Amino acid sequence: MVHVYGDNVDTDRIIPGKYTKTLDLSTLADHVLEDLDPDFRHNVKDGDILIAGENFGCGSSREQAPIALKQCGLSCIVADYFARIFYRNAINIGLPILEIGNHDIEKGDDIEVDIEQGVVTNKTKGKTYQATQLPQVMIDILEEGGLVDYLKKHGDYQLS
Amino acid sequence: MGQTVSEKIISRHIGRSVGAGDLVVTPVDGVMATDTTAPLALKAFEKMGGTKVFDPTKCALVLDHAVPPPNERIANLHKMMRAFAAEQGMRLFEIGEGICHQVMIENAYVKPGDIFIGADSHTPTYGAVNAMASGVGSTDLAATMMTGKIWLKVPESIKIICNGQLQTGVSAKDLILYLVGKITISGATYKSVEFEGEAFEGMTVASRMTIANMVAEMGGKTAIVNPKGLELDYDFDPIYPDHDAHYVDTFEFDVSNLEPQVAAPESPDNVVNISQHAGQEINYAFIGTCCNGRLEDLQAAAQILKGKRIKSGVRMVIGPASKNVMLEAMNDGTLQILMNAGASIITPGCGPCVGTHQGVPGNDEVVISAANRNFRGRMGNPNSNIFLAAPATVAASALAGCITNPKEFL
Repeated sequence: MVHVYGDNVDTDRIIPGKYTKTLDLSTLADHVLEDLDPDFRHNVKDGDILIAGENFGCGSSREQAPIALKQCGLSCIVADYFARIFYRNAINIGLPILEIGNHDIEKGDDIEVDIEQGVVTNKTKGKTYQATQLPQVMIDILEEGGLVDYLKKHGDYQLS
Repeated sequence: MGQTVSEKIISRHIGRSVGAGDLVVTPVDGVMATDTTAPLALKAFEKMGGTKVFDPTKCALVLDHAVPPPNERIANLHKMMRAFAAEQGMRLFEIGEGICHQVMIENAYVKPGDIFIGADSHTPTYGAVNAMASGVGSTDLAATMMTGKIWLKVPESIKIICNGQLQTGVSAKDLILYLVGKITISGATYKSVEFEGEAFEGMTVASRMTIANMVAEMGGKTAIVNPKGLELDYDFDPIYPDHDAHYVDTFEFDVSNLEPQVAAPESPDNVVNISQHAGQEINYAFIGTCCNGRLEDLQAAAQILKGKRIKSGVRMVIGPASKNVMLEAMNDGTLQILMNAGASIITPGCGPCVGTHQGVPGNDEVVISAANRNFRGRMGNPNSNIFLAAPATVAASALAGCITNPKEFL
């Protein structure tokens, strides 16, 4: 199932600041997107996909934002483009995100995502979309499952 | 081809010439995290195999987002940060010492030409002192504390030129609100934003910080205020862009007739001249934050409130940006003027701006705030509305009980 939102979804709407000061990450999912769509956290199921417009995740640097989205079971986020800190944070914690400019995915569309190939198929509209290629360092980080495991393995950044 | 300031600073750090779009791993000169971002960062640091930070003199932790702690959960996060700082021999700024960006600049943790990584989105503030500073999240911060490095794509640069002098009663905050309105909340995404022109040249460090601070509200990766006219307490070599540097966009404005600005709910780029919202009733006025909690901001409010009382039924909260600011405002009588006018002074820190405590608005209440964000729920209540403005406008509005042009009191 896809959950579709618009442009400029900020991190205060993803997870309000009053809930961020915790290490009990499961509590973040209890409040995810509550000021944007109070029903989302009740409707979201494991493996669902969030679709957004431009500048998803703008505002605060709080990593709790992508963590909350991952904790609630989302498998992937597709947006026209992401705010830069959110973009780094999502990759760093191993939440797959795909940047597809000017996509026309709407509520109710039947969507399939191939994260490795960066390809999204819209079965309802009979279309496929190719995501922007990530920089190699981000692919490497994502392949290790996030920056923690990447650095545990390499001890330092490897730029090829 | 010539280089922008960001390109120059990164090139100097890695010892070869780079330009926009290049991927680099660069050493950094400073790293900072707060009580919102550090707890997760310290966990990540441990999990990625970190034992010692790369250089304890270049790393700092700041207790500012929820100070003093409003509950046991946050008190325990603070405790964990204190223990980590003690074990590593690095500086921890205690509750009430101030907001991270303010204390980093006051204590010269960041200097012209530096690359600084902060786990807070308003880290581009250090562009006020000619440094290249960028915000990151907790895991990136942990990696930087461990390695002393960060991977970056060298950003493209935008240039914003402002000609003319701001009128009396119009401040750096009005100017940056105006510019955020023009560039929009996504207009500088991934980019370095360089400011230059007459309007910035006479600005204090405090005003330059207000300008660079809100580049975060344009989506920018970093901000650079041209160092022409920059005065610091120590000697430094200013870094200017080359004359033939490449900018993907250049914007030029004459700001000599700029009016006070307000950003209406629910986005900092929803900016108009104050006249469009003049008369809007308000319940709560707030001055503080990394954007506008400095001495000149408090003085601007005091100038308007001296010998007067804010409107009955309106409350006013003042959060000095640091202990130093608070002491200065105490010594010169500013705090006394504000308190006699009816304001409540809170512990230096982020306070009401992040909605955790110290001034959450009630349902359907309207706030006029000198902070930098007015997203829904930002101050802790999604059923309230926040207008952003300059400190003088906030003070004038508190006095009148409705959004008011400060020029009426000057």
